Amino acid sequence: MSEEVQDKRRRLFLTAAATAVTGVGAAYVAVPFLASMNPSDRAKAAGAPVEADISKLEVGQLIRVEWRGKPVWVLKRTEDTLTELATKIDKLRDPDSNESEQPESCKNSARSIKPDVFLAVGICTHLGCSPTYRPEVAPEDLGPDWKGGFFCPCHGSLFDLSGRVYAGVPAPLNLDIPPHEYITDTRILIGSSGGQA
Amino acid sequence: MSGMLKNALGWVDDRFPLTKVWNEHLAEYYAPKNFNWMYYFGSLAILVLVNQIITGIFLTIHYKPDAKLAFDSVEYIMRDVDWGWLIRYMHSTGASAFFIVVYIHMFRGLIYGSFKKPRELVWIFGMIIYVALMAEAFMGYLLPWGQMSYWGAQVIVSLFGAIPYVGEDLAIWLRGDYVISDATLNRFFAFHVIAIPLVLVVLVFMHIVALHAVGSNNPEGIEIKKQKDEKGIPLDGIPFHPYYSVKDLVGVAVFLFVFALIIFYMPEMGGYFLEHANFIPADPLKTPDHIAPVWYFTPFYAVLRAVPDKFGGVLAMAGAIFVLFLLPWLDRGVNKSIRYRGPVFKAAIVAFVISFVALGYFGMQPVTTAGTWFSRFFTLVYFAFFLLMPFYSNMGQDKYVPERIEDK
Repeated sequence: MSEEVQDKRRRLFLTAAATAVTGVGAAYVAVPFLASMNPSDRAKAAGAPVEADISKLEVGQLIRVEWRGKPVWVLKRTEDTLTELATKIDKLRDPDSNESEQPESCKNSARSIKPDVFLAVGICTHLGCSPTYRPEVAPEDLGPDWKGGFFCPCHGSLFDLSGRVYAGVPAPLNLDIPPHEYITDTRILIGSSGGQA
Repeated sequence: MSGMLKNALGWVDDRFPLTKVWNEHLAEYYAPKNFNWMYYFGSLAILVLVNQIITGIFLTIHYKPDAKLAFDSVEYIMRDVDWGWLIRYMHSTGASAFFIVVYIHMFRGLIYGSFKKPRELVWIFGMIIYVALMAEAFMGYLLPWGQMSYWGAQVIVSLFGAIPYVGEDLAIWLRGDYVISDATLNRFFAFHVIAIPLVLVVLVFMHIVALHAVGSNNPEGIEIKKQKDEKGIPLDGIPFHPYYSVKDLVGVAVFLFVFALIIFYMPEMGGYFLEHANFIPADPLKTPDHIAPVWYFTPFYAVLRAVPDKFGGVLAMAGAIFVLFLLPWLDRGVNKSIRYRGPVFKAAIVAFVISFVALGYFGMQPVTTAGTWFSRFFTLVYFAFFLLMPFYSNMGQDKYVPERIEDK
């Protein structure tokens, strides 16, 4: 092997080694910049529980409470609605809430601790719009089979009155139920699950 | 006097290639002699870019990128800052004008085959500019912090959340929070006013360098570089300056006339350029009853809504944009210009334009069953146009393309 070829091989090796080391260095330098875009400690700390007072909540009424910047709905449902929710399951994608997020205590057909008081994060599981509350039965735009529920105006996803998603709409999952606990009969602490995670 | 100027120019030329660059890109850049009105839109795109940068700088002088102050600071610009309304409307109308200009510019490239060999990279750079422009417009639309700003951003950032496994973390990383918030507004401001504009300017530079390396196409799709005189100058070429620099000024005048009419008499364009819901401050608890993106995104938005599956919809929407990148390799037609192509290709172009406009229309409308089915149909037409192109693009292409550009 001539000296010139030897030199060339050495040079190639040195170039490759220097490039690789520089690449590793660049990757390390990129970390602080990319990580700086994560939610800050302040943003993470802002998730404190909030209280909702339902003493004045009427049957059929829905109130919105802000928790972690998101709307949380509190809705008082009628007896008829609850019977309805316990029966019809054929049009729902996940009627037993196996894939969705909810506290263990809400994994039932009403998806709530107390059957009539329903809490949910009012953010569509599709692309994050807040669905509208449409309690009326068989309105013109939603068709004769509509028994009341939530309609997402952005992409047309449909949920029943326990936030369970219909099949054949863009949203993949039932609405999230936030962790919550009853402090008294009429006061709910949203974001806290009474000691459980 | 002229002797002194010459000396000064010589002094500069010894240190910086001023005359060389001027000649290469203007005075001795030979463009085909048969450009028609559609060729105005390249230089108009630069004009609008300059408009956006200048008005943007002056808006940042008064605007406050803070969730508590942003909405009011925009209204402050509109009401209390001298000429603030004009600068703001020049910027907001400029955004829509940018897309009108770019869509015509792209359509021109599509029908005259300007993306075909050897101009593939011109097209690719142009497509990257288009994607950067969409990001730029999207982030800019968040800044007024109105209802449409907020919920539009919520939907678009949530698109990333649909990506399996990493999506949710990616969306949180982009927002810098668990929902669209002050953190999101602040970073979108940074991207909108510095990061993406810098990228855009560099990309425009590369787009033009690539174009000037291969030479401009023309409505006949004839390569003028194949026929040169003894000095190596294309026989059918004319120097860009003064011929097209002056001609483009006419285009600029007409454009500015229309642009000014819109700014002064219909800056909101009936809710198409500035949506009505955006005059209400952002409310994280309530989505407006009808939300739609600004008109230039609606074709892709209709594709998104047409697919009844979250990730599928996002894929289809991304695919509708990505497929444009592949155009140079999908089109197998021998002839470049639509003037020398077969009836099948012409019909396909018509079908494509109808589907794009129809998707744009349905993307603006509230969700209805009929609208969704129409969107599905036109989504199929849109994709068929591109994906079937390798099979139909050369059909019936028996027309003879002349060697030279003939005078009419």
